[in-house]
Amino acid sequence: MIAEIGLAALWLAAALAVLQMVSGVMALRVPEGEAAPLAIYTRPAAILQAFLAVLSFALLLYAFAITDLSIKLVASNSHSMKPLIYKVTGTWGNHEGSMLLWVGVLAASGGLLAAFEKRLPERTMGATLAVQGFVALGFYAFLLLSSNPFERLPVPADEGTGLNPLLQDIGLAFHPPTLYAGYVGLSVAFSLAMGALLTREVNPSFARVMRPWVLGAWVLLTLGITAGSFWAYYELGWGGWWFWDPVENASLMPWLAATALMHSVSVLAARDALRTWTIMLGVLAFSMSMLGTFLVRSGVLTSVHAFAVDPERGSFILALLGLYIGGAFTIFALRAGAVAEGKRFAAASREGALVFNNLMLSAILAIVLLGTLYPLLTEAFDVRVSVGPPYFNPASAIFAIPMLLVMAVGPLLRWRADRPARIQFEILLIAAVVIGAIALVSFFGSYPLLPLLGLGLAPALAVAAVLPLRGRNLRRVPVATWGMVLAHFGVAVSLFGMACEGAFTEERLAAVAPGGTEQVGDFAVTLEGVAPVAGPNWTAIEARLAVRQDGGKPVILTPQARSFWSPPQATSESALLTKWNGQLYAVIGNRAEDGRWQLRLWWKPFVTCIWYGGILIALGGVLAIAGRLRVDIKRRRAAVRGAGRRADLEALQPLPVPAE
Amino acid sequence: MSRGGAEREQGMKAKHQRLVLVVIAVLAIVGAGLLAAWSLRNQANYFYLPEQMAADPPEIGQAVRLGGMVQAGSLKTAADGVTVHFMVTGKTDAAIPVRYSGILPDLFVEGSGVVAEGSLGPDGVFIATNLLAKHDENYVPKELEGMGTKEAAKIAADTTVGLD
Repeated sequence: MIAEIGLAALWLAAALAVLQMVSGVMALRVPEGEAAPLAIYTRPAAILQAFLAVLSFALLLYAFAITDLSIKLVASNSHSMKPLIYKVTGTWGNHEGSMLLWVGVLAASGGLLAAFEKRLPERTMGATLAVQGFVALGFYAFLLLSSNPFERLPVPADEGTGLNPLLQDIGLAFHPPTLYAGYVGLSVAFSLAMGALLTREVNPSFARVMRPWVLGAWVLLTLGITAGSFWAYYELGWGGWWFWDPVENASLMPWLAATALMHSVSVLAARDALRTWTIMLGVLAFSMSMLGTFLVRSGVLTSVHAFAVDPERGSFILALLGLYIGGAFTIFALRAGAVAEGKRFAAASREGALVFNNLMLSAILAIVLLGTLYPLLTEAFDVRVSVGPPYFNPASAIFAIPMLLVMAVGPLLRWRADRPARIQFEILLIAAVVIGAIALVSFFGSYPLLPLLGLGLAPALAVAAVLPLRGRNLRRVPVATWGMVLAHFGVAVSLFGMACEGAFTEERLAAVAPGGTEQVGDFAVTLEGVAPVAGPNWTAIEARLAVRQDGGKPVILTPQARSFWSPPQATSESALLTKWNGQLYAVIGNRAEDGRWQLRLWWKPFVTCIWYGGILIALGGVLAIAGRLRVDIKRRRAAVRGAGRRADLEALQPLPVPAE
Repeated sequence: MSRGGAEREQGMKAKHQRLVLVVIAVLAIVGAGLLAAWSLRNQANYFYLPEQMAADPPEIGQAVRLGGMVQAGSLKTAADGVTVHFMVTGKTDAAIPVRYSGILPDLFVEGSGVVAEGSLGPDGVFIATNLLAKHDENYVPKELEGMGTKEAAKIAADTTVGLD
């Protein structure tokens, strides 16, 4: 019954998406001020749809939790012997389940918007929800017509096939929902942008409605990318933290667009400038999340993320992509001219710096996009190429370095117009730190150019991040400003980690007999022994490594080479020793014929800063949301109180004067 | 000047500024595109089959990828225990010697498909910096997909636990 209820809920939700779309459009066709007959259904349709889509996903979760092997999806992606946590998270470790999660989150955010957002004009809200319904409808059609998650097997299977062991990992289990929620948050920003464009309401109050959605999406994308990078680092056993893999790029591109959008929507909210640019970025950010979904889900790329190998599904997503992006850019082209110009500003102003960085982010986005799509393009001409770090690193750095420099001084500039001479002390200080750090590092050794520049920029950015607080009463600094300071400081921390990893990593690769010792960095690593171990659905050989730093007490590390039996696959589990100033990374390889074991060891100074920085950036975003929401709630309370007082006064006034 | 005139002038200036912004944005994006196109031509990593590499070898030291089958009986481990030598063959007799130092991928065995990333050395040995092998039945390096359905079917039959 579970599967049937889930499927029915999904069909009903699709029908409600149609109602939401139609009623929203009908409301638009009625002249302003008049009541539209269907408009009252838009909000309830969105809320009910959210409930049904979430219910449908919850039922699939339940089916996975109890391993209902009569459902095809469960039988081909789960296994009764799997730990419960991975049974549950396996729900989205496959194509259909992950698409259902996509629409579930999409519908839920549409429902939230419909239920709680009262600031927008009703017509704009109707148009927004109509667009949201239209986007959701495409995905309902995709699920129901080509990837039904609730399909039954004619005869229930005896046992499931299992889940890709690389995905049986706690970090990865929560990485897709985070990224999806981020993608979907951008879809709300997109719907809002379209709604405002269609009803000519592109103004600061619209920007204030859009801002929390953009910020929220951006925070989730930041966390998702950070988690994904850390997963790739310790789970793949290659010692790297970013591979410019197309799937990684697919998550990076929406993040770049969202970062630009977040800054631009703040300018629109605070200064009423950059109106069309904000709308354009809203369209671009959503296009990038659609493109990411297409690249990852259509099977044009091969990776652990590409589940769908069915060409029909690929074409379906491509058609959806074409429809949404093409439609959005058409509306944009038709309507952008009608958006009135915003306020002007000088080149040397905070807006000017933000515009410059928006452009740099867009340029990096273009570099990543072209590099990611290039192999697909050449494949059409039967030339097989791959594009890797030798392209992405220098090409993106050309735009990232000026962007980081402007990021350092931008927050110090005043809105509208400013004289650079006013902040010459700060500029000189930042320049001195950059040059001093580069000179210091070059004095001790010669390092590649990009890590060297990173080592120069990171301390300068850290100093620059706190400069906006100079001379201010720290208790009175708004929460949102603290958010900015924290996020910019996080960029410095992350950059420092990346640069250190690039410049100072030491590697040791050797075949070691039991009892033998290898040296890497300050560490002496002794192989004490190798033994077989077993887990719930795997067996492994486990090395016991005693790690001594400068002859101190030994710490035991146990890297494993695991063999899963369903599906049959081997993975290597790295072992990490985290110190305050870096990580020791150990992987065990094959056994040579003479009884020695291959060991690969890295000492990576300050590598953890990369992910700590990512978390700081996300925390900055959370503070910004909290600060804005607090101001917003205060305003609402004040409005309610004001209205209440007025009502009281009115109630008091017409009191009849008692007759004497 | 009347107030209306000032407003109109303000509007003109705003329109002018928007135009300037659009021009700068277009220039930046086109610049990025040109830079990307130029460096993609120089930095893209081309894929070679063994017969292609034998007939028309890439320049020494240029980063390329080599894909094929690990020839049966060719896999040898050097005395240091971490360097391996093996031959990669394709559909013809051409075989390219490969040297690799590092931990072999989990499913790397003789007779299996492999993609080696690296460059050709002056002695004609391909020095691999990274090896990609079949991860599981769903994750085949893209280049190996066209390697003949027979091998693929065989590998799938070896490794898949069917529902039937």
